[in-house]
Amino acid sequence: MSTGKVTVWKDFAKGLWDENPSLRMLLGCCPTLAMTTSAINGFSMGIAVIFTLICSSAIISLMRNLIPKEVRIATYIIIISTFVTVVDRTMAAFLPAISKAMGPFIPLIVVNCIILGRAEAFASKNTVGRSIIDAMGMSIGFTLTLTFLGSLRELIGAGTIFSFQIMPESFIPWAVIVLPPGAFLMLGLIIGTVNWLNTQITKKTAH
Amino acid sequence: MQLIIIIISSVLINNYVLVQFLGICPFIGVSKKLSPAISMGVATTFVMTITAAVAWIINQYILIGLNLQFLEIGSFILVIAGLVQLVEMFIKKTSKPLYDALGIFLPLITTNCAILGLALLLVIKEYNFIESIVFGFGSGAGFTLALVIMAGIREELELADVPSYFKGAPITLITASCIALAFMGFAGLI
Repeated sequence: MSTGKVTVWKDFAKGLWDENPSLRMLLGCCPTLAMTTSAINGFSMGIAVIFTLICSSAIISLMRNLIPKEVRIATYIIIISTFVTVVDRTMAAFLPAISKAMGPFIPLIVVNCIILGRAEAFASKNTVGRSIIDAMGMSIGFTLTLTFLGSLRELIGAGTIFSFQIMPESFIPWAVIVLPPGAFLMLGLIIGTVNWLNTQITKKTAH
Repeated sequence: MQLIIIIISSVLINNYVLVQFLGICPFIGVSKKLSPAISMGVATTFVMTITAAVAWIINQYILIGLNLQFLEIGSFILVIAGLVQLVEMFIKKTSKPLYDALGIFLPLITTNCAILGLALLLVIKEYNFIESIVFGFGSGAGFTLALVIMAGIREELELADVPSYFKGAPITLITASCIALAFMGFAGLI
């Protein structure tokens, strides 16, 4: 029983740090860069990915013995695009402002390498339960990263987080951070810092 | 005149990679050396131009015609996957040297978000047929330009003394940031 719990936790937690999709595996870079102009944008993108990844992983895992090997990628794409359409239409109906701000990036979840990558690497080989846990870990890791990056860019670029004023009035926002060059710069710095942190952690555990 | 504006805007001002963040994966993955970067750029431009034409026809006559706009995502991705296969077979039959030069990059283009993004942007921007093709070509050229500049810089970067934690992806992203900053200078062009 206890070993069962350990594997569940492992399946879940590897997406948060060890195999974090955007920081360690460099998957799904386009939305990571484009949708982090503010904390709320990053967070909404993350929620959309959580829904799509969990649903498509579950369905693909259920159908893993039915799908012929030769056409598996095409089948995965169709399953994924169904759920993306659901998210896209729901957002356009209930959250029109955010949907507009995201432009084509919600439909582009279809070709997001995180989803297809998890389908191919995990859901097509494991049971439904494990696939859902894995999808949850991965997508929550992705959402946390996007929200963190979004908050950081919003804080430096506009002085706010989730539209709450954080910086003192006298702070002059660095507008360039919310513009495209800032996205590349911040992601590069964060990945470099994470690399450094990781070597520190490995050194500590080795001792 | 409208067409020239579309070309300038898609190559320089709204550069596909540096401003709109589409096609980042090949931008980071294939920009280590100059010659594969050029092949990838040419292959992508080629597929993008054809996709623009086909996506416009499908959207105008099938999706809008039959009131099926909610099938946009699924139908575009299927058409692109089929189209890339078709282009691959066509090039293989007609021009062996070009086929060898493009190699593995052709099938990879299917999952490049730049192509699907192009099809979706065409619908949002409501271009007509000719404008769509020009927009597709311009976007591809912009992608190639960014990729080639990046590859040129990265060849030099190999010799630079970069802190070990920043080797690879982080320094590439920071370099991209500098290029993007330079491209912002084009914003006042039109």
